[in-house]
Amino acid sequence: MTKAQCRLQRGGAILLLSTVLAVSGCASGPNAHPEDPFEPYNRSMSRFNDGLDKAVLKPVATAYEDVTPQPVRTGVRNFFANLGDAWSLVNNLLQLRGEGAFNSLVRFSTNSVLGLGGVLDIASEVGVTRHPQDFGMTLARWGAKPGPYVVLPILGSSTMRDAVALPVDLFYSPIGLWEQQTARYSLQALRLVNQRANLLGASSLLDAAALDPYSMTRDVFLKLREKNTRDVLPDDQEEDGDDGKLSDDYE
Amino acid sequence: MTTQTLLTRRHALRLTSGALVVPLATLAPWAHAADQAPDALVQSLSAQVLETLRNDKSIKAGDIDKIVTLVDKTVMPHVNFRRMTAAAVGPGWRQATPEQQGRLQAEFKTLLVRTYAGALSQVTDQNIVLKPLRAKPEDKDVLVRTEIRGRGDPVQLDYRLEKTPGDGAGWKIYNLNVLGVWLVETYRSQFAPEINAKGVNGLIDMLVARNQANAK
Repeated sequence: MTKAQCRLQRGGAILLLSTVLAVSGCASGPNAHPEDPFEPYNRSMSRFNDGLDKAVLKPVATAYEDVTPQPVRTGVRNFFANLGDAWSLVNNLLQLRGEGAFNSLVRFSTNSVLGLGGVLDIASEVGVTRHPQDFGMTLARWGAKPGPYVVLPILGSSTMRDAVALPVDLFYSPIGLWEQQTARYSLQALRLVNQRANLLGASSLLDAAALDPYSMTRDVFLKLREKNTRDVLPDDQEEDGDDGKLSDDYE
Repeated sequence: MTTQTLLTRRHALRLTSGALVVPLATLAPWAHAADQAPDALVQSLSAQVLETLRNDKSIKAGDIDKIVTLVDKTVMPHVNFRRMTAAAVGPGWRQATPEQQGRLQAEFKTLLVRTYAGALSQVTDQNIVLKPLRAKPEDKDVLVRTEIRGRGDPVQLDYRLEKTPGDGAGWKIYNLNVLGVWLVETYRSQFAPEINAKGVNGLIDMLVARNQANAK
C-alpha cells in the first residue's frame, strides 16, 4: 500500500468515528450542558479512557518517571516540544502571525542546531518565547466555531472542530512525516508516554479536587481551549479588568 | 542549565518582582496606615508560603496537618472564605441554615486545602512574579495577576481581592484563577447539579464523601 493510501485509510477511520459520534444519543433534561450534547457517549468514552489509563497508560508513565533520570525526561520533553515548535511555525504562518512564526522559526532552528536536535531548550534560556499553535487553532483563526465537546478514544478531551483538525496535526506534523513506519510509531508512542508523564501531577490533582471529575475536566478543558483560541483571535483585546468578579453574591 | 545561571536568574526574578512591589507599596495612595496594597499582600503571602515550603520538608512531603496549620495561620486571615463558599454554592446558599453554611464552609475548605497540599508537593524551585496592577487607586475590587515560573511553561495564578470596610482590615482574596480557570465558577458548576438534585444536605454529604476518599 502506498503512503497516500495509508493516510486515506486512517482518515477514513476518523470519518467513521465522527459518524458514530453524530448518531450516538443526545443528552437532554434540565442538567444538559449546552456545549456537551453528546454527554452520554462522552461519559462512556471517558470511562473507557479512564480504564485504559489505569490499566496501561498511567502505569507506563509512572514507570517511565521512576526509571528514567530527570535530565533524560527533560530531554525527551524538549525534543517533542521542539517538533511542536516546527508545527507551530507552520500554523503561525497559516494564521499570518508574523511574530509567532518568527519566534517559532528562531526556536526551532536554535534548538535543533545548538540544542542538539531539540534535546536542549536553548531558545527558552535566552528568552525566545513559545507560541504554540495547532491546526484546530488555525481553523479557529479563520472563523471555525468549536462545536460540541467530544471525548476521543485514548486522546481524551476535544471539540468537534479540533477532532476534525486532529488528522492534519497527526499526519502532517514532523512526526507524522517520518518516513520509516517503525520509527514513526515508536516516536508517537514515546510522545504519548511523555505527555501522560507530564500530566501525572495535574491529573491526580483534578481527581482529588472534583466532585464529578468528568464535568470538571470538561469545563476546565473548554475554558482553557476557549482562552487559547481567544488569545489568537484577530481582534486581540486586553484582558478584562472585571475578570473573575462576582456579579451575584449570595451572602 | 548550570546552578550558577539558575541562581542568578532566580535572583534576577526576585529583583524584578521586588522592583514592582516596592514602589507600589510606598507610592500607592490607598496605602492607609495598616493597609497593605493588594499586590503587595499577594506577594508577601506567596513569599511566606514558598519560604515555609523551602524550610519545612514535612510540608513538601504532604503532611496534611502541617499544611492546614500553615494555611490557617498564613493564608486564611486574608481570604473571605465565607463569600467564596457562598458564591460557589450559588442560590442555594440563602436557603441553607447557619449550621449548614458552617458545614459547607468547613468541608469546602478541607477539599481545597487538600488540593492545595497536593499542588504544594509538586512545587520545586518556583518563583512568583507579579504582573503590573491595572487598578485605579480608588478601586475596592481588584485583580492581581501573578505568574509562577520554574521548570517548564509559566503558570498563571490570579487573585481577585476586595477591600473590606474600615481601616486596617485590609484586602481579602475572594476568588482565584489557576491557569485561566476561576475557582468559584468551576465549583459553582460542580455544586449546582448536586444541589438541584438533593438539596444542601446532599451537597454536604457529597463533599464529606469526597474528603473521606481523599484522606485515604
